Amino acid sequence: MKLTPSQTVGPFFSHALPYPHDWELVPPGHPGAITLTGRVLDGAGEPVPDALLELWLGRAGDRGALLRGDGQVSGFGRCATAPDGSFTFRTVRPEGAYLSLQVFARGLLRSLLTRVYLEDRPDPLLDGLEPARRGTLIATGSGERYEFDVRLQGDGETVFLDF
Amino acid sequence: MTHPPYLSPGYRSTVLRAPAQPPVAFKTDPDAIELTGPVFGHHEVGALDADLTRQHAGEPLGERISVTGRILDSSGRPIRDTLVELWQANAAGRYAHERDQHPAPLDPNFTGAGRCLTDEDGRYRFVTIKPGAYPWRNHHNAWRPAHLHFSVFGRAFTERLVTQMYFPGDPLMPFDPILQSVPNESARQRLVSAFSMELTEPEWALGYSFDIVLGSTPMESS
Repeated sequence: MKLTPSQTVGPFFSHALPYPHDWELVPPGHPGAITLTGRVLDGAGEPVPDALLELWLGRAGDRGALLRGDGQVSGFGRCATAPDGSFTFRTVRPEGAYLSLQVFARGLLRSLLTRVYLEDRPDPLLDGLEPARRGTLIATGSGERYEFDVRLQGDGETVFLDF
Repeated sequence: MTHPPYLSPGYRSTVLRAPAQPPVAFKTDPDAIELTGPVFGHHEVGALDADLTRQHAGEPLGERISVTGRILDSSGRPIRDTLVELWQANAAGRYAHERDQHPAPLDPNFTGAGRCLTDEDGRYRFVTIKPGAYPWRNHHNAWRPAHLHFSVFGRAFTERLVTQMYFPGDPLMPFDPILQSVPNESARQRLVSAFSMELTEPEWALGYSFDIVLGSTPMESS
């Protein structure tokens, strides 16, 4: 069957898509919890204040992806960017090499899919990239705190995946 | 080509947000986590979440409608138990969003957000009111045709789709750079719902149908 085309999420979704504790895949104090913070920037280097990010760990977790707050964990999180383009997730390290990150925003007619690697390492995707672009998929930081900026366009443009 | 290109200059916001580099193809990796997706339970969604006319003390103003359809994969198989989220402007064309500056009235009885899970046939159903058209500042005298925003998960993170549903016969559709960003006319038509007398309930609500077909795996032709 023929696919349904994508359209932009638009600027006015924050009364609808965010939900309580959506950015917390694990509760505070969870063993092994890390925070992943960053900013979404446009082609002029300006922050994108109306993006929605979704993080996926590749496994469902204890329960459905909408309910939170009773100490259980989910493999899915969502975070709308703040006026300064920033976002935060509290999560755990993935079982594999990377976390999957999807970006929606006004001006994006289709979502963007990328990966967050917490460390540089041999990897089929990373090893196939131009060396200059490899670093765009690798978070900085260590221990419990990591940072990862999403640059939609231009200098240091994040590698996005064809899907 | 089904999907719009990222850069579609008629829609001004794409100019600084569209990636300049082409996307990089996945390596053939059956273990890629993007080929799986989050799971939602029926206990997570309230029975009234799919009725946007019953979320407040009174009924919203506007033309009551129902919208139903099936979420299908590219082989036509139903996708059951997947989350469908819907949001929209009110009947006057105003979103219940703090940054919407359109000088049209808010409706205290309408938030304009709902969700449901598909049933075993992949079917969803919402009751809501028909949204109004509204102006935006993309270009001189720019108006969005009436539309409902849909967010659908599917079975894989690569199937994730956010789109907009339009209403048949809306005279604003040919002038809308967002709908017209879809290059192919028959693909644009797939974003237009069908009015259905069969779904229309006497003395109650007009009925529209709108199916959504999700892509499946990377590299599959679309």
